[in-house]
Amino acid sequence: MSRLWRFFRTPEAIAGALILALLVAMAVAAPLIFPGDPQAIAGPALLPPFQDWSLPLGTDRLGRDVTAELFHGARTSLAVGLAAAAAALFIGAVVGTLAGFAGGLVDEVLMRVTDAFQTVPSFLLALAFVSIVGPSLGVVVGAIALGAWTGPARVARAEVLSIRERDYVAGARVIGMYPLEIAFREVLPNALPPVLALSSVIVAAAILTEAALSFLGLGDPNRVTWGGMIAEGRAVLRTAPFLSIVPGIALVLTVLGVYLAGEGVVESSAVRRSLS
Amino acid sequence: MTALLSIRDLSARYRRDGVELLALNGISLDVEAGERLAIIGESGSGKSTLALAIAGLLPRGARIDGTIDWQASQFQTPRSGEIGSSVAGAPALKVGEGDDDSAISPLAGEMSGRTEGGAKDRQPLHLRPIGGRDVGFVFQDPSSSLDPVMPIGKQIAEVARTHLSLTWPEAYAKAKTLLERVRLPDPQSALRAYPHQLSGGQKQRVAIAAAIAAGPRLLIADEATSALDTIVQAEIVALIRRLVAEDGMTLAFISHDIALAATLADRIAVLRHGELIELGETRQILNAPRHAYTRALLDAHLGLDADPLLDRQGASA
Amino acid sequence: MNAPVLAVSNLAKHYRRGGQPFPAVDDVSFSIGPAETLALAGPSGSGKSTIARLVLRLIEPDVGRVEFEGADFLALSGAALRARRARFQMVFQDPLSAFNPRATVARVLDDPLRIHGLASRTERPRRIAALLERVGLEAGLAVRAIHEISGGQRQRVAIARAIATRPSLIVLDEAVSALDVSVRGQILKLLLDLQRQERIAYLFISHDLGVIRAVAHRVVILDAGRIAESGEARAVIANPQSAIGKALVAATPRLNRTRP
Repeated sequence: MSRLWRFFRTPEAIAGALILALLVAMAVAAPLIFPGDPQAIAGPALLPPFQDWSLPLGTDRLGRDVTAELFHGARTSLAVGLAAAAAALFIGAVVGTLAGFAGGLVDEVLMRVTDAFQTVPSFLLALAFVSIVGPSLGVVVGAIALGAWTGPARVARAEVLSIRERDYVAGARVIGMYPLEIAFREVLPNALPPVLALSSVIVAAAILTEAALSFLGLGDPNRVTWGGMIAEGRAVLRTAPFLSIVPGIALVLTVLGVYLAGEGVVESSAVRRSLS
Repeated sequence: MTALLSIRDLSARYRRDGVELLALNGISLDVEAGERLAIIGESGSGKSTLALAIAGLLPRGARIDGTIDWQASQFQTPRSGEIGSSVAGAPALKVGEGDDDSAISPLAGEMSGRTEGGAKDRQPLHLRPIGGRDVGFVFQDPSSSLDPVMPIGKQIAEVARTHLSLTWPEAYAKAKTLLERVRLPDPQSALRAYPHQLSGGQKQRVAIAAAIAAGPRLLIADEATSALDTIVQAEIVALIRRLVAEDGMTLAFISHDIALAATLADRIAVLRHGELIELGETRQILNAPRHAYTRALLDAHLGLDADPLLDRQGASA
Repeated sequence: MNAPVLAVSNLAKHYRRGGQPFPAVDDVSFSIGPAETLALAGPSGSGKSTIARLVLRLIEPDVGRVEFEGADFLALSGAALRARRARFQMVFQDPLSAFNPRATVARVLDDPLRIHGLASRTERPRRIAALLERVGLEAGLAVRAIHEISGGQRQRVAIARAIATRPSLIVLDEAVSALDVSVRGQILKLLLDLQRQERIAYLFISHDLGVIRAVAHRVVILDAGRIAESGEARAVIANPQSAIGKALVAATPRLNRTRP
């Protein structure tokens, strides 16, 4: 309770939370407000915004409702961002914990694999992966996670290295606990807070990567995405710039919101940590 | 004997997770100039809070009632019922008696107690001696009271330079003398050493050198030997005894160990749950304790002359 | 004399400091009989805690032999070692850092019973309650988080955890050093009661000769990783022969009370 209160004490956190709440509301409400296929033709082509109040943000080259696309695009951005970040944090935490706890050869091998992934730019990795396997929502999520798990892995390993020297880990060994149980039940949960602190950055990066993939035409073709909308609008950038600007603003606000809210969470837990 | 400081009805409250803790409850105590006073108690007795309160080092957010008078100079906080009546008018400062450098000079500082709801318990400017100059403070853990990335010579010299208006070369010369006085081996090269190069006992010697660098009237040692082993503890206690005698300092020795305190102190104050339950000459406390708790503390001490708990007959070896 | 519970011979462990190997533990031999308390005393850095961790195999010795209940303890590995640990337990100095900060009392006591298959899932809550009562705590304490209870209660929980698997030997690594004196007496008394009733041997590590004299049968005094002297605890403390023994005795604070 008091933690929630601390979270809302910083204006950045409030702003971030408001933006995220709006985004989630858009994503949840999308099928209710705009039932049916958002990619269906809804009116005349290239209708500018604020002309027809049944199509408040106008239409694109094919006469599709930009507002509906924006709402449905929020679903994709949010789903891909959260799923990719969750996958990256999960892989990173497991790899980092195993490497840090086992030490020796296991540590060496896992960390060299981590190095290998880290030296390749994550966007190129995602690009190559989607090009080979083919674009679908699951593949995009996997491709983004593939480039994002190395950061959490390093943070988790560093934390585990300090935790494994603590008395309670020795205590778990003395009562005969199985090493993997020590690693995942005693060590990992206590190593998580600094790893989770990375989540806002990873979610924001994942949303941007998804948008970039879609922009290059490597997103899921059956879903509306903001990146895809920007790419669509590029062809008529001079005559109808709003087609790129509207989803662009949505993207910027989303990333900002995720980041600010994440900082708020870290801040409130940091206060909590320093107090205890 | 004149009192160096008089504590009257001192109470201190902390607020943690919305719960108010009464750390000190109505403590009244005179610290005589030149005496060695031990303040003992178990965890949660308030002994460290009292030490910090005397040094003016209590964290922001602590609510203090009562008075600590330093010789002639006043140090006043109002009772909570009198908020507002004396906020603006800080009591008139009276310069402490004695010669210029070692006198207790009151310094106006603000301590504001903020509650979680944002309401502010206003406290007036209160007067306190200058920490580091008039009061030297030695903490339990020298590893955390020394700066790990600054040579120890500089850390001591800085104290001397700040409070005694010395130039750097003078301050370094002073630091070297201090390291000699605390019997650190090879003081000249120790000036350039970093804390991690020293043992725990040596670090505590350095911390003591820094604490006395400005020639304080009062030296407060808060569990200064608790983290050390028995042999090093005895050495540090001997060092404190010698320095206090040489400089004519007043000593407040905070400890959980009544036997250790008794080896050093002229008087012993026993604290429990934030209250002063007994104060007396060391000999009286040891041999004729008035309070049952003091007696229990003495009986719980396992000295080299105590009756063993072990039933020898049951031994198999 | 009965066969020793623990027999340690020629134990050594070297660390590297600044490229130079230095002995943390050097050629240490001792043994502990059933229901006996052997104290390891010495200044900090004398190797007493390292010895505790070596015999428990929390760190591996360079050379030496550790025989526990008549079998070579260093030869064990994997599941066999984990199973054997049930008989060889430890209580740490700081009861707060000795437990997972997220743990509850119930979980701390459930672990050893579960791991060694000593009680079924349905039976365990009753066993946990019995363990808590055994160490003088209320059974209702089980639902509390470790960080919510007092230091003395925590150390009792640590002892309950150690005796859950019916060990023959418990290493007590400065187990009473962090406690208030009034609590310390109660914990020492509890340990002695358990020793008498369950015939548990203790390897009692402490820097405090007063405590050692009160509870230990024999004492080994260590200096810089080597044994300086050893013998019957009260005799050694009354008349130490080694330089370090003399220094330790001299440094122990005394209450010069005129006895009533």
